Amino acid sequence: MPMSEFFEIPLYQRALLATLIIGFVNGYTSAFVLLHRSPLKLTALSHSLLPGVAIAAWIFTLGVFSAFFGAVIAAVAIGVLTVLLSRVTKISDDTVLAVLYTGAFAVGIMVLQKLGSNQDLENWLLGNILGLSDLDLWMSFGVGIIAVTMLSLFRRAVVINLFDSEVAASLGIRTRLLDYASFTILILVLVTTLQAVGCILAIGMIVTPAAIVRSFVSTPEALFPLSGLVGALGSALGLLLSIQFGQPAGASIAATLAGLFILSVILRVSLPKIQT
Amino acid sequence: MSHEHHQLDLAGLGYSYGAKEALSSVEFSAHCGQRLALLGPNGAGKSTLIRLLAGLLKQQGGIINWRETPIAKARREIAYLPQIDQHQRHFPIRVRDVIAMGRYPHLGHLKRFGEIDREKTEEAIATMNLGDIANRQIDQLSGGQQQRTYIARALAQEAHVLLLDEPFNGLDIESRCHLSDSLIDLSKSGHLIIASHHQLESVTEIFTHALVLDRKQIAFGPASEVMVSEAVRQTLHSCHPHAHERVL
Repeated sequence: MPMSEFFEIPLYQRALLATLIIGFVNGYTSAFVLLHRSPLKLTALSHSLLPGVAIAAWIFTLGVFSAFFGAVIAAVAIGVLTVLLSRVTKISDDTVLAVLYTGAFAVGIMVLQKLGSNQDLENWLLGNILGLSDLDLWMSFGVGIIAVTMLSLFRRAVVINLFDSEVAASLGIRTRLLDYASFTILILVLVTTLQAVGCILAIGMIVTPAAIVRSFVSTPEALFPLSGLVGALGSALGLLLSIQFGQPAGASIAATLAGLFILSVILRVSLPKIQT
Repeated sequence: MSHEHHQLDLAGLGYSYGAKEALSSVEFSAHCGQRLALLGPNGAGKSTLIRLLAGLLKQQGGIINWRETPIAKARREIAYLPQIDQHQRHFPIRVRDVIAMGRYPHLGHLKRFGEIDREKTEEAIATMNLGDIANRQIDQLSGGQQQRTYIARALAQEAHVLLLDEPFNGLDIESRCHLSDSLIDLSKSGHLIIASHHQLESVTEIFTHALVLDRKQIAFGPASEVMVSEAVRQTLHSCHPHAHERVL
């Protein structure tokens, strides 16, 4: 389809708007994820959301609020269980987390299967950015404003805490409260991303933009907004490519971001040495 | 800054990790202008005491007063300097920004980083002679430069008390000399320096006072007196086989 036609179709206009919003918010948050060094934990977290959403859909009906609360409860339950079981068994928390999240993910798939609609299953696994409702869009927008505002407002404390949490505590920063708040923001962003690109590809959106930007910046103040920008533009490019080549949008977005990352590495090593 | 009335008082201080007692019966007073070495074998409670003073561990009992009020109310006057390389590696941050972190207790979350904050940061950079490398990434610094950056952060914080965790560890001889000169200068300008230390031969050169711990307080006093006491020699001898000869 020629691009001029694309912009005239309301369905695609809405998808592009959603992609820009979700791309920016995920990109902005990805700066935190990169500095926190938690992409693997986040992978576990995003897989854990699936059973929450599935069980909520089973008990209630599937709506944005039930999906949201189901996801939050599942993420918290897996987090708490991981700490508890790892303490009781003396097995490392990484191992316990890997066991629990794959188990939870499997339960999620079975519950969605029981619900009977394979289309739903596919939407939660792979997302459906073209099928977002008005409410979904507003939800993404609201969560985006909360996430970006919180990460900007408390940036000073967040950065010190990420750099050295002991120094942060000695300076009077309430590090545990900050950790909980950050964890909550990550879940909120993940849940709203889930519907757009699915729980697996969501990881690409919330990790890759900052990885693309990192080689070119030397301060956290630059990393956050630039990652947001790259997240928005990279995701929008992915969406346009998906329409052009008839590919699934979520996959195209994740693949485009990964491609941009490789390009950024090539650019970085071929550029004359700049101070980062 | 002046000084002698800026006093740190500890009484009946102890700490346990679960059922395991790490520290008990710590009791001493120190004031600005002094340099206090914390000595003792591994596991003697040096780090526990530093972490209690820095507010990283919650006080379980006893008294820690700074200028006659509980230390928890004077956080901004106490600076904690971790061991070098403790921070997260490959973190994109410049030396200047690490030093500016010291302004946090004055700014909190919402206040803007203003002219006074910029002045204090630049002053600290100049005092610690970091002007040439202030825009470098922290990971590009040597151990000695990192230690100077941490001290500069404490100066930007306008702290009176500097708590240093094994500051001489991992430094080459030249950096060690520079650091001990810096600590002496800082105490002369009115700071109280408290550092855990395990190089017994240099205690009396660098520090004015010494506190010897072995899960409880073994001795406290002027460094020259403490280092020749029999009880201290026994405690330190048990962890340093050749300490006896080096101390004496």
